[in-house]
Amino acid sequence: MPMIEAHDLRKTYRASGEDVHALDGLSLQVPEGRVIGLLGPNGAGKTTAVKVLTTLIRPDSGTARVAGLDVLTQAREVKRVIGSSGQYAAVDENLTGLENLEMVGRLYHLGTRAARGRARELIELFDLAEAGDRPVKGFSGGMRRRIDLAGALVIDPQVLFLDEPTTGLDPRSRIALWGVIKSLVAGGTTVLLTTQYLEEADHLADSIYVIDQGRVIAEGTSDELKAQIGGHRIALALVDAADSGAAREILARHGTGPVTVDDSGRSLEVPVQHGPSTLAAALAELGQAGVQLHDAGIRRPTLDDVFLTLTGHAAAASDDSATDGAAS
Amino acid sequence: MSSQLARHTDAVALPPPDGPRWPLLSDAWTITWRNVLKFKRSPDYVVFAVLQPIMFVMLFSQVYGGSIRVEGTNYTDYLMAGIFGQTVLFGATFSGYGMAQDLKDGIIDRFRTLPMHPAAVLLGRTAADLALNTLSMVIMILTGLVVGWRFHEGLLPFLGGVGLLLLFSYAFSWVMALIGMMVRTPEVINNASFMILFPLTFISNAFVQSQNLPGPLQAFANWNPVSALVQAARSLFGNLGQSPVSDAIPMRYPIATVLTGSVLMLVIFVPLAVTRYTRSSRR
Repeated sequence: MPMIEAHDLRKTYRASGEDVHALDGLSLQVPEGRVIGLLGPNGAGKTTAVKVLTTLIRPDSGTARVAGLDVLTQAREVKRVIGSSGQYAAVDENLTGLENLEMVGRLYHLGTRAARGRARELIELFDLAEAGDRPVKGFSGGMRRRIDLAGALVIDPQVLFLDEPTTGLDPRSRIALWGVIKSLVAGGTTVLLTTQYLEEADHLADSIYVIDQGRVIAEGTSDELKAQIGGHRIALALVDAADSGAAREILARHGTGPVTVDDSGRSLEVPVQHGPSTLAAALAELGQAGVQLHDAGIRRPTLDDVFLTLTGHAAAASDDSATDGAAS
Repeated sequence: MSSQLARHTDAVALPPPDGPRWPLLSDAWTITWRNVLKFKRSPDYVVFAVLQPIMFVMLFSQVYGGSIRVEGTNYTDYLMAGIFGQTVLFGATFSGYGMAQDLKDGIIDRFRTLPMHPAAVLLGRTAADLALNTLSMVIMILTGLVVGWRFHEGLLPFLGGVGLLLLFSYAFSWVMALIGMMVRTPEVINNASFMILFPLTFISNAFVQSQNLPGPLQAFANWNPVSALVQAARSLFGNLGQSPVSDAIPMRYPIATVLTGSVLMLVIFVPLAVTRYTRSSRR
């Protein structure tokens, strides 16, 4: 039985006189114990999908089940077995870390004593001792995220939803939070996490759904997705931007796709069929042409490349940020 | 913290499948507890609930006491019901502000993913605000007694008057809670309540006798729910003096009007607010 199952979810909002299809036939299946990443730019529909799955909003059409329970007709039962942590750390500023977690435990109906005990446990496990007895107000974003994440784990949830768990965190806090999430999933919890960071999906998820404009446009493990857009890439760093034209011509002859040149004109890339031999051939020609190089190498495609290839636009540089936030 | 986090190693189990016997009351109590903790930690609330009533009682009784004459009683006696009315009316707006703020902070989203009773957050919100209003009420009564206010009809009618004020405030809390879930930001609640409730309390019999108001304002004041509330409390406190009573129905039957109005507000706005809550999510 899949732990999360969504079929043909649709949700349309009206925003400034226009219909926005936040979900446009989204379907997905997550087997038990897997970690699935929903990857997509702002406005792709990730948050809306999570809100439907965590019973916060009703889709216009389509069905969804979590742990075998229908999110529309068995919402109360669903809530008993899930934990969720939102995009915006939903902690109460005026309560201490401990009180926040105790409140969540009580609302899960653990009973006051058990709730307090569990809260203490989580404070320790998440290294939150200093936030335990002081109001959350005044603590850093990373600390709040940890409290919010701890809130999602007050019960031992069968399914955990993490909506952009590290958005807005500095790199150090992000890596620390990744560690926490990884140790969680090692225990076998089924996790659905959304992210706009390709690196994060790559790092945490067993497999990835790439979402754009409210539907899944690709799915697979990170390796499968990379393979889907083909082999290797040759990357060059030129000493002199004046050589850009010549280098580009040479790469174009060896590549299987278009050559990309960055704004400085000194950094070039091209997809190729076979890395090592093509690189050697290209380097020989570049040497003959007198093009001086800082660096040359082969690299595997990143999820950024995947995204660019699949959607025609980069993951981060999407300008329609309206949809994800429009849920009301 | 790493390996201990793993599933099945923690002491805690899933919550008992049957849960508490009275989930609504248990959840509402938890939310009330949380809201009261918030009050204790925000000086703003304490200032509003404690200092402002004292200030109003002092200002009005001392400043206007000498210039406003009420037939058959003194102005301080006449005034107190008006200040009570105004304070509980504004006190009820906390429910709107609180809901709007929780929605904005995403706390409502958190609550809505928990297996709570759908009415619990609203019940806990309005209960905490009622507690705060009751505190204001006690402070005002004590301040009033210090500046010379007396009730003349005995203890039971006095308690009846206090109960009526709090009932009205509680019912109005639900109206404000609904509005709080419909506005975009909490600030809207503050501004709107100032723009609407301020005139409403001033064009009423709260601070002056309505027969002294010019024609159209007088008609408005006689049908103003605030006037009925104040009139009802005033009559239960024995603070009416001999000021003439208007023929308008709410003025002739103020207690019945306030009771009916409060019950109607609850009957209409409790279901509306709960329904709205189950569809609310952070924007």
